[in-house]
Amino acid sequence: MAWFRQKYKDNIDPHAFPGNGTFAHGIHPPQCKDLAADSPIEIMPIPDKVVLPLLQHIGGPCAPVVKPKQTVRAGDLVGMGEAYVSASLHTPISGDVLKMAVTTLANGRHMQAIVIRSNGEQRTGQALWDIMFGGKWPQKEYQTLSPEEINAAIHDAGIVGLGGAAFPTHVKIDSDDRKPIEILMVNGCECEPYLTTDYRLMVEAPDAIVAGTMLAARAVRAKKAYIGIENNKLEAVESLRRAASGAGVKIAVVKTKYPQGSEKHLIKGVLGKEVPLGGLPSDIGVAMTNVATVTSVARGVMRNIPLTHRVVSVTGGGIVQPKNLLVPLGISMGALIAYCGGLRKTAARIIAGGPMMGFAFTNPDTPVTKGTSGITVLTHEEIRRVEQTVCVRCGRCVDVCPMNLVPTKIAMASRQNDFTLARKYNINACFECGSCAYICPAGLPLVQLIRTGKAQIAGAGR
Amino acid sequence: MNTDITENNSGPLIHVAPSPHVYSTQLTTRNMMRDVLISLVPVMLAALYYFRWLAVKQLFICVVSCLVAEAVFTRLRGRAISLKDLSAAVTGIILALSLPATAPWYVGVIGSTAAMGIGKMVFGGLGMNIFNPAMVGRAFVMIAFSGLLAASGYVAGGGVDIISQATPLTIYKQSGMVTPLPALILGKVNGSLGETSALACLIGGLFLCLRRTASWELSAGVLVGASIIGGVANVLNISNPWSVVHHLNSGALLFGAFFIATDPVTSPLTPRGKWIFGLGVGAFLMVFRLFSGYPEGLMFAVLLMNAVTPLLNRWTIPRPFGGA
Ligand code: SF4
Ligand code: SF4
Repeated sequence: MAWFRQKYKDNIDPHAFPGNGTFAHGIHPPQCKDLAADSPIEIMPIPDKVVLPLLQHIGGPCAPVVKPKQTVRAGDLVGMGEAYVSASLHTPISGDVLKMAVTTLANGRHMQAIVIRSNGEQRTGQALWDIMFGGKWPQKEYQTLSPEEINAAIHDAGIVGLGGAAFPTHVKIDSDDRKPIEILMVNGCECEPYLTTDYRLMVEAPDAIVAGTMLAARAVRAKKAYIGIENNKLEAVESLRRAASGAGVKIAVVKTKYPQGSEKHLIKGVLGKEVPLGGLPSDIGVAMTNVATVTSVARGVMRNIPLTHRVVSVTGGGIVQPKNLLVPLGISMGALIAYCGGLRKTAARIIAGGPMMGFAFTNPDTPVTKGTSGITVLTHEEIRRVEQTVCVRCGRCVDVCPMNLVPTKIAMASRQNDFTLARKYNINACFECGSCAYICPAGLPLVQLIRTGKAQIAGAGR
Repeated sequence: MNTDITENNSGPLIHVAPSPHVYSTQLTTRNMMRDVLISLVPVMLAALYYFRWLAVKQLFICVVSCLVAEAVFTRLRGRAISLKDLSAAVTGIILALSLPATAPWYVGVIGSTAAMGIGKMVFGGLGMNIFNPAMVGRAFVMIAFSGLLAASGYVAGGGVDIISQATPLTIYKQSGMVTPLPALILGKVNGSLGETSALACLIGGLFLCLRRTASWELSAGVLVGASIIGGVANVLNISNPWSVVHHLNSGALLFGAFFIATDPVTSPLTPRGKWIFGLGVGAFLMVFRLFSGYPEGLMFAVLLMNAVTPLLNRWTIPRPFGGA
């Protein structure tokens, strides 16, 4: 009974979906979303130039299709995704192509990049917002599109998952007769602390999200579509409920807990099913995407506009004026930070993404890519580094691991290069969510050790 | 383009580090130990109230000896001195509280040295040891000075009247006389310093469990394990006036359940392992009480379960999410 009341109190309607609205284990790091949550999305002014890395997704890099000195218009194809798992690249600005350059991505990888100097001739400000998210999203006219047509449009638009992983969307929703999809799950959890991009989109562009969800559901031939949102984002819930009324998209409100936005854990919370160890959501008939991604699906299919911009939260205690910005791909992270008033003196770490899984970087020239969900600048007080001691075998890491692993054992096995033992403890099931390292009273770099172990296992050929 | 991204000219120092970039400070090794010290306050107060200066003396001797022993052993091993993690102090207090008030000073000194040396340092220090250091220290002095720590060792004359009688478990074992429950609960009985008051153990223990510093599964396991064996014995011998409730409130049971079995280093990692460990300690403790020549069996039970902890960890690997 208490459980039942709790469910209602948390605004989780137990009849709306089969799961119980949460998963076992996980952590409750400080949310810190209020820093930027109430700043409406601002349109970033056009930069002088953009640097477009040829690989900003999972898979093969794209091949440049433009030459230096060539003039391009905003939205033109500049890089062709040739491999099946790849995504095409389009320029967000009009201007001249400069010499190819090598740039360093936030994750430390060096990558060839197409550089384009702006000539200032393209939409910006409100006009840009209107074609990206504004206006009407008439679903009726698109109900005749076949899944293949939708998928082709997604492919042409160069869409990848915008939640951070940047996996090419056309691959994710490609139909596979052996694994029919029953349910499309759209992730609006944004469980990383600080980040508010998905939240702002859900509040400001719910119609585009619902339209994109319907299209993606058609593309995968799903019978049902859910949008999963954590119950700390009630304004987003209201906004989407209004937009989705009558559309056949269900809003599933789940409990706020990290990492509720992990695809496996969202499926568990909403559908009550577990994706098999080492498997994919499609193994149990689920296709997964994210709210920001479906807006680009709607835009690509209905308005024939490729993925050239994305919303980025610039937030954290180390930023003078946290904001949410609609920015062109390829703009430098430093420009975004400067637009938000710059760094505070107390800033200690700049992260591409959120604090749990993001990459720390120092070079302000690092370009924004399709997978950049935010820039989080933390102060020492926010990091709260714990002094490192030996493992006291308290088992807290076991208690919080959402994959129900024994992180300390995996980490110690990795440290000792005992990969047989590490595999026995299912090292490859770890998705590096960081919960174990967050909670560890001994301040041990568990994720780092596990990551090294995984890399060595992968390097050894298995 | 404006690449000066800082608020003013003196730019902040930016570091890189692998994710995650935020940490919980709710629980750190240091404040875990601090919590344990706080939770021991009621028990120490009860000891001071009933045993007066004998308790002061014993606590002082053990804590100082443990700190000194830790410092010396770490120095000998060429390591940095780790006193500030407070774990040596915790071991000292727990050892003192598990000794009789009457034990002479050298028992405390030798017990502490054994606890830190054999219990901890030979394994490589905090986190590496298999056996609960305080229990190793106690076992050592129990073998070395068996007379002083046997049932009769608890009894002495002198200014503190509580030590003029034997411990409740001994009285019962020898004469069948049952100490009334209220005395057991409040602590107006003889025993090791920490075992007198069931109430004090309960207060401190609940604090530890509620703070999640101690894993509640361990304490619950001990209580359930002891209740099951004690309950069965109770039912089989219904006329026995020393009921399972007396068992639960007497001797080192509660002290052990909350302060000794909960040592994270020497107990299992997994929730299931923790339950099995707790149940094992509770059950063996009762078996020792009921069938061995000793009135109390906590120390043996804990050391026994410590020995199987590595196995428990291996047997209780949890089923991974999505696993078969
Ligand atoms: S949380 Fe840290 S100290 Fe505790 S068992 Fe895990 S690794 Fe060891
Ligand atoms: S072991 Fe991996 S999956 Fe488990 S908590 Fe740690 S990082 Fe997350």
